[in-house]
Formats: sequence, structure tokens, C-alpha cells
Amino acid sequence: MVKLVEVVEALELCPQGSYDPERPVKAGYVGDLLSDVMAHAQEGSLWVTMQSHQNIVAVAVLVGMAGIVITGDRPVKPETLETARREQVALFSASSRSFEVCGRLFACLKDKE
Amino acid sequence: MNDARPNNDSRIVLEFRIKGMDFTTAGEAATGIKRTMTQLGMPADMIRRVASATYEAEINVVIHAHRGCLVAKIGPERIEICVEDEGPGIPDIDLAMQDGYSTAPTHVREMGFGAGMGLTNIKRCVDQMHLDSVVDKGTTLRLLFFSKGRE
Ligand SMILES: Nc1ncnc2c1ncn2[C@@H]1O[C@H](COP(=O)(O)OP(=O)(O)OP(=O)(O)O)[C@@H](O)[C@H]1O
Ligand SMILES: [Mg+2]
Repeated sequence: MVKLVEVVEALELCPQGSYDPERPVKAGYVGDLLSDVMAHAQEGSLWVTMQSHQNIVAVAVLVGMAGIVITGDRPVKPETLETARREQVALFSASSRSFEVCGRLFACLKDKE
Repeated sequence: MNDARPNNDSRIVLEFRIKGMDFTTAGEAATGIKRTMTQLGMPADMIRRVASATYEAEINVVIHAHRGCLVAKIGPERIEICVEDEGPGIPDIDLAMQDGYSTAPTHVREMGFGAGMGLTNIKRCVDQMHLDSVVDKGTTLRLLFFSKGRE
């Protein structure tokens, strides 16, 4: 079982607020279309996306995501940070693009299998 | 949440107001319902089905209508969700139900809405679904979920 803190270190993610380091990351999902994510992402996934508006938090809560990674150094809006804090959703940013983040996430999850 | 009260038949009733194009509160109905179901200890797959369908229904009011109201009646065996809105209505329901069909404007597509998958997602999650719409008046969506699987 991979812990969130291990993924954060392996992928060099930048935390945007506090998070539970012990939280298990069970899978990954990548997508920028919210209905697709809502339909197909598994509970316990780390969600990789370039969307940064506050509604991604509701999607993460409803799916039960382990966290959200906003890629490509997109600025995270203050209202997104505030909503994530209130809903206790772990939020991270990454300087690399979704493809690279996913590649590293996949390797990290496979590694610890 | 606007209202929560126990019903005479032991169901919990939750009511939410939904405002068109208000993305600050969008998703509150779905997350509120999920929270209540979690507190009641309902099965995880039931929670996921209800949460996903409610979210899609709620967002459709935010994106496509002017305002609406969502009422959830949560009982141990069945959950009813009714979403009523004032808005443009849906001229062709069969077309709207098609995967990929969307009339969402560009600025909401940029936010990741408007894939045209919402109604198909809802259909996949529910046991029963009734969609009624009057053009230039509004839309009513009734959803029914049974906790003992599909009937
Ligand atoms: N409450 C509503 N009022 C008016 N039109 C609606 C309503 N709900 C859905 N529609 C119409 O049906 C179409 C399909 O809805 P659906 O939820 O499947 O896709 P979408 O909302 O466009 O995109 P997505 O749900 O993937 O973000 C919409 O684009 C819109 O034209
Ligand atoms: Mg929709």
C-alpha cells in the first residue's frame, strides 16, 4: 500500500495546504472532463488534472479521492484552496504536465505493489 | 443546505436551492447528501451511485437553467431525488440523453463541464429515472435508487 507522503516525495508534488501523509493511494486517474472523472475514477485515487477551479473539490469529495494534483504549474485560485481546506481534500501542484506526472505516479504505484 | 428534517415515515428529507451559473455553491447538494448517507452507514456503492447522479443533476441546473430546487428523501431501502428547475427546458429529450450531446457554452466547457456525459452517467447510476421538460419553463428530473440492487 502506497502512502500519500511517498507519492508526494516521488513525484515532487508541492502541497497546497495540509494533508494526511498516511492516507493510502489506491489508484490514479487523469482527466479534465468532470463527468468523465465522476463516472470512472475509483475511490482512493490520486486525481491528476489541469483544472484548478473550486468545483474540482466537490468531485474529489464525491469520488472519495486520496487527493488532487493540479499540473503544469497552473495557478491555484484562492477559492479552490479555501474549499479544499474546508472539505479536507489534499491538494497539490506539479510543475510538470499531466503526462509526466501520470508516468511517475504509475511507476510509483507499480513499484510498491 | 436549506432544510433537514425527519419525516413521519422515518425518512430523512434534505432540501437544497440551486442557482444558475453559481459555481461557488455548485456541488453542495451532492456532497450534503453523501455526508448524510455516510453518517447513516449506507453501503458504499449506493452512496457512490446517489452522489454521482445527484452531482450531475445539480450541475445541469447550474449550467443549463436559471434556478432550481433539489429534494432528497433518504430511507433505508430507497432514496428519491427530485430536481426541479426554472429554465429553458429541453426541446428534444432523446437527443439530450445521447452520450456526447451538449449545448454547454464555451466558458463552462473550459472548466471541464459540457462533455455531454451527465445524463448518461445518471442513467447508469439509477434504478429509475423520469425526465420531464417544458421548453421556456423548466425541467423536472426524478431519480429513484433501491439499496437492495436494481429492481
Ligand atoms: N436542467 C436542464 N435544463 C435545460 N437543459 C438541460 C438540462 N439538463 C440537461 N440539459 C440539456 O441536455 C444536454 C445534455 O446534458 P448532459 O448532462 O448529458 O451533458 P452536459 O451537461 O452538456 O455535459 P456534462 O454533463 O458532461 O458536463 C445539455 O447540454 C443541455 O442541452
Ligand atoms: Mg451535465
